[in-house]
Amino acid sequence: MEIAITTAGHDLDAMVDSRFGRAPHFLIYYSKTGAFTIKENTQNLNAAQGAGIQSAMHLANAKVDAVITGNCGPKAFAVLDAAKIKVYICSDCTIAHALDLLKKNELTPVEKANVEGHWV
Amino acid sequence: MKIAIASGKGGTGKTTISCALALAVPGEVTLLDCDVEEPNSHFFIQPTIERMEKTFSLVPEVDTEKCTGCGECARVCQFSAIISMGKKTMVFSELCHSCGACARICPEGAITEVEKKTGMLTVGKKGSIRFISGKLDVGQAMSPPVIRETLKYASEDGLTIVDCPPGTSCPYVTAVKGCDAALLVTEPTPFGLHDLKLAVDTIRELGIPFGVAVNRANGEKNPISEYCEAEGIPLLLQIPEDRRVAQAYSRGQALNKVMPELSDALVSIPEQLQKLAEGRPVHEGQGVLV
Repeated sequence: MEIAITTAGHDLDAMVDSRFGRAPHFLIYYSKTGAFTIKENTQNLNAAQGAGIQSAMHLANAKVDAVITGNCGPKAFAVLDAAKIKVYICSDCTIAHALDLLKKNELTPVEKANVEGHWV
Repeated sequence: MKIAIASGKGGTGKTTISCALALAVPGEVTLLDCDVEEPNSHFFIQPTIERMEKTFSLVPEVDTEKCTGCGECARVCQFSAIISMGKKTMVFSELCHSCGACARICPEGAITEVEKKTGMLTVGKKGSIRFISGKLDVGQAMSPPVIRETLKYASEDGLTIVDCPPGTSCPYVTAVKGCDAALLVTEPTPFGLHDLKLAVDTIRELGIPFGVAVNRANGEKNPISEYCEAEGIPLLLQIPEDRRVAQAYSRGQALNKVMPELSDALVSIPEQLQKLAEGRPVHEGQGVLV
């Protein structure tokens, strides 16, 4: 399983970023091997509009299976849902901790957006 | 001639001046209320409504039978209004700016542009005033499409007064663009001056000749008049701070009804703006009553 986690950091000790569309980058974690890569999100960070939609589309096209982020708005959720990507809401913790919670089945995928668009 | 009554800051008196101007000038005049998020010129004009018209914008619709999921539409869209994931193409019409690029680029002809209702126009008359007011539908995020539809009612050869939306972004630019000259209305406060500067920067970029009107002027010298003098901007009208103006406004009465002494200054505005548009010198300080 490939999991995309929003973050401003570059490793598993970094915090989960509360933003989805305007997250600085995504850490893509490969659960089989425990390896990870960083996917930049600079373009969307500065987008005038549609940042969540574009970020979701990029993750869909990168064929990730799940997303862990602090908040997810309605448009981004619609795209992730259409791409059958599970969305887990988790914040105020490190990526390693979030992945651990996911492994232990302590995170449940959300069924709709947890915030309005432009919630910041 | 088309004249825009605009401002950076909201609530400075655009509608007050637009309506007073429409009522004061002799002969036929067209008043377009382009403040489509909160149009209120009708309170002061009280026109007889002749008809209502719906306004529409074109947005893409994808034929899923024909779509191959090539993703060209998503690549060409500058507004993230259409996205492509594998075979799936999704449209977010609220982000669409109706540029039509997706429909043009689709190699399969799978995208057609369909009408989406954006607002309503009210078309009416009051004496020699032709009155058109645009109103954006609740829930619509973008006002320029409704502003453009309202502007189509501008008179070909007569005088048109465009009551513009506040701010300096797309709605303001849409309303002001295409006008021959503009009157920027502001007030002698730090906010009024700050936002006037933004409006001036924008209108200079657009290359539209303009003058300034100061509402609630509390003395001949004020931060606005000083700024205008320093910048070489003609100050065409000063409306004094007067309780009568506020009282009239709260009753839906036009400014020139309670301040008939302003009529001459108001009537001279189109003439002065015409001179500005033609690059001729203007008489400044008309209507300075303080």
